[in-house]
Amino acid sequence: MSALVAVENLTKHFAARTGLFGGGKGVIRAVDGVSFEIAEGETLGLVGESGCGKSTLGRAILRLHEPTSGRVVIDGTDVTSLGSGPLRAFRKRAQIIFQDPYASLNPRMTVGQILEEPLTIHHLGDDRGARRKRVAELLDRVGLRPEVAARYPHEFSGGQRQRVGIARALAVEPRFIVADEPLSALDVSIQAQIVNLLVDLQKEHALTYLFISHDLKIVEHLCDRVAVMYLGRVVESAPAAALYARPLHPYSVALLSAVPEIDPAKKRTRIILEGDVPSPAAPPPGCPFHPRCPLYAQKGRPELCRTALPPLEDKAPNHRAACHFAGELASPS
Amino acid sequence: MRRFFGKVGIGPTFGLLLLTAFFLAALVGPWLAPYGPEAQNLGHLLEKPSHAHLLGTDENGCDVLSQLLWGARLAAGISLTVVALCLAIGTAVGTIAGYFGGWVDEVIMRAVDVLLAFPGILLNLAIVAMVPSAGVGVFVFALTINGWVGYARVARGQVLQVREREFVQAARALGASPWRIMLRHVVPNTLSPLIVQATFGFAGVILVEASLSFLGVGRLHNYSWGSLLSQGTTYLWRTQHLAMAPGIAIATVVLGCNLVGDGLRDRFDPRRSIR
Repeated sequence: MSALVAVENLTKHFAARTGLFGGGKGVIRAVDGVSFEIAEGETLGLVGESGCGKSTLGRAILRLHEPTSGRVVIDGTDVTSLGSGPLRAFRKRAQIIFQDPYASLNPRMTVGQILEEPLTIHHLGDDRGARRKRVAELLDRVGLRPEVAARYPHEFSGGQRQRVGIARALAVEPRFIVADEPLSALDVSIQAQIVNLLVDLQKEHALTYLFISHDLKIVEHLCDRVAVMYLGRVVESAPAAALYARPLHPYSVALLSAVPEIDPAKKRTRIILEGDVPSPAAPPPGCPFHPRCPLYAQKGRPELCRTALPPLEDKAPNHRAACHFAGELASPS
Repeated sequence: MRRFFGKVGIGPTFGLLLLTAFFLAALVGPWLAPYGPEAQNLGHLLEKPSHAHLLGTDENGCDVLSQLLWGARLAAGISLTVVALCLAIGTAVGTIAGYFGGWVDEVIMRAVDVLLAFPGILLNLAIVAMVPSAGVGVFVFALTINGWVGYARVARGQVLQVREREFVQAARALGASPWRIMLRHVVPNTLSPLIVQATFGFAGVILVEASLSFLGVGRLHNYSWGSLLSQGTTYLWRTQHLAMAPGIAIATVVLGCNLVGDGLRDRFDPRRSIR
C-alpha cells in the first residue's frame, strides 16, 4: 500500500492581535510542523483535547484554511502549490464531512439542491434528469428516501442531516475524506449508525479517511492508525492496536486512562492532568507538555524537558512518539 | 384575523394597513381622483373641505384630494425605485467587500465612509440643484448616490458572519467559485436584516424627497407631497387644511413603514421576540 495522503511539516499560524488597538502582534500556532502519511484505504484517527488544532489541521490539509507553510500531497497532487482554478477542480478528489450537521447545510436550499450542487460544479451528469437520478441514488445510499430531496434541512433530525452531509461529500466520488468530528453532535444511538455507514462506504468506494475525534472508543473501533495531537503537534502515532495496548507518550497514557471502562470489575485509576492546556500563542519552552506532565513530576523535573523540544521519532517499530522518556510512564491499572 | 394579530402584533398590523392604503392610493388613486391634478376651478380658491372638494382647494383652485392621490403615485414610484436600486447596489458592494476582505474591503469601505461623511441631504440638494429642470430620473439618481451606503454596511456585517458558517466552508470544499458561493449561499442568508433596513429606508426616502420638494429645488410637479406642503405653509394663517393634508399623508406613510419595519425586525431576530 502506498501513501494516498502525505503531509509534510504542515504549519498553520493565525495572527493574533493583542492590546486595545491591536498594536501588539502575536502568533497562534494552531498547527505547528505536523507530518504524517495515510495509506490508501486506511483510516487515520486524529485525537486530542478541544483546541489542540485537530480541526484546523484537517481544514489546512484541504486548504480550507490556507497553510502557513509545509506541503500536502493527496493522490499524487501537491495540493499546497495549486492555483485557485486547479484547486477547485481538485476538490473533487478530497472532501470533508463537518461536525455540526445543523450548521453545515444551507438552510435556504432543499436537500436535492444541496446534493445537486457538487454535480453541477464539476459537470457530473449530462443533464438535469441524470443529476436528479444521481441525487436519488446518493440519498438511497446513505439510507434516506429519495422523496426527501424536496425538503429543507430544518425538517430533518441531526442524524438525517449528517447523512445528507455524507451524501454531499460522496457526490463527487472523492478518494479521500476528512471527517471532522462527524459524530460529536449526535446521540449515541445515532453515532453507531453513522459509524457503520462510514465503514460500509469505505469498503464500497475504497475511501481513505482522516477521522478527527475526541471519542477514543470510536477511534479504536474505526481506525487503523491513530495520531495524538497536543498543542498543534503530533505527539504520538502508531497502529491503533499498539497505541491502545501500550501508549508511549505520557499524554496518550493520560488520555487513555480517561476512557470510561464498561466493565465495573476492571477498576482503573485515572491520571488527572493538572492545569489547563497552555495557550498556543505562548507555548511553554522545551516540551510543550512538560508543565502538565505526570512523568516530568515523577522524574524530578529534568532540565531536558524544559529546554529541548522532543522530536517525533520511532520508539518502537511503526510506533512514533515525541517524548524524551517515551514509554517510561506506565499505564495505571 | 385574531391569529394574525397574535402573531404579528397590533403595531405592525396597523402599519401594514397604513402602507396598504398608501400603495392602493398610488396604484388606483389617479383613477379614483375626482379631478385632474392640475385642473383649476378658479371660482373656488382656498376653499375649506366640502362635498365637491372633499379636502378643499388650494390657491389655484386645484382639488387637494386629487393632488394627494396623484402625489401618492409619484412618491411611491420614486421611493420604490430608489430603495430597490440602493438595496441592489448596497448588497452587491457590501457582499463583495465582506466576502473578499483584505484590500478590496478596505477600498470599498473607505469610499463608503467618505460618502457617509457628507451630510446626506446636502449632497442630494446639490445634485438636484445643479441640474436645470431636474426630472424624476435626477431625483432618483441623487437619492441613490448616497442611499446605498447604509445597505452596504449592513450587508458587509452580515456577510462577515455568514462567510464563516460551515455550509459556506462546505461549498468551498466542493470547489464552488466565489461568485457561486456569494449568490447561492451567502446572499440568501443575509437578506432578512437588509429587508428590514429597506423598510425603514423607504420611509427615509419619502421624507428626503418631500424635504427636497419642500425646499423648492427641482420641483418635480406641483402635486408632489413636498410641494403641496410647502404651498400649504404659505397660507397657514388663512387656512390650515392645505398644509395638514400632505403633512398627515407623509406622517402616515412614515409611521406605517416604521411599524412594519419594527415588526419585521422582531420576526427575523429571534433574540428580540419576547412573546
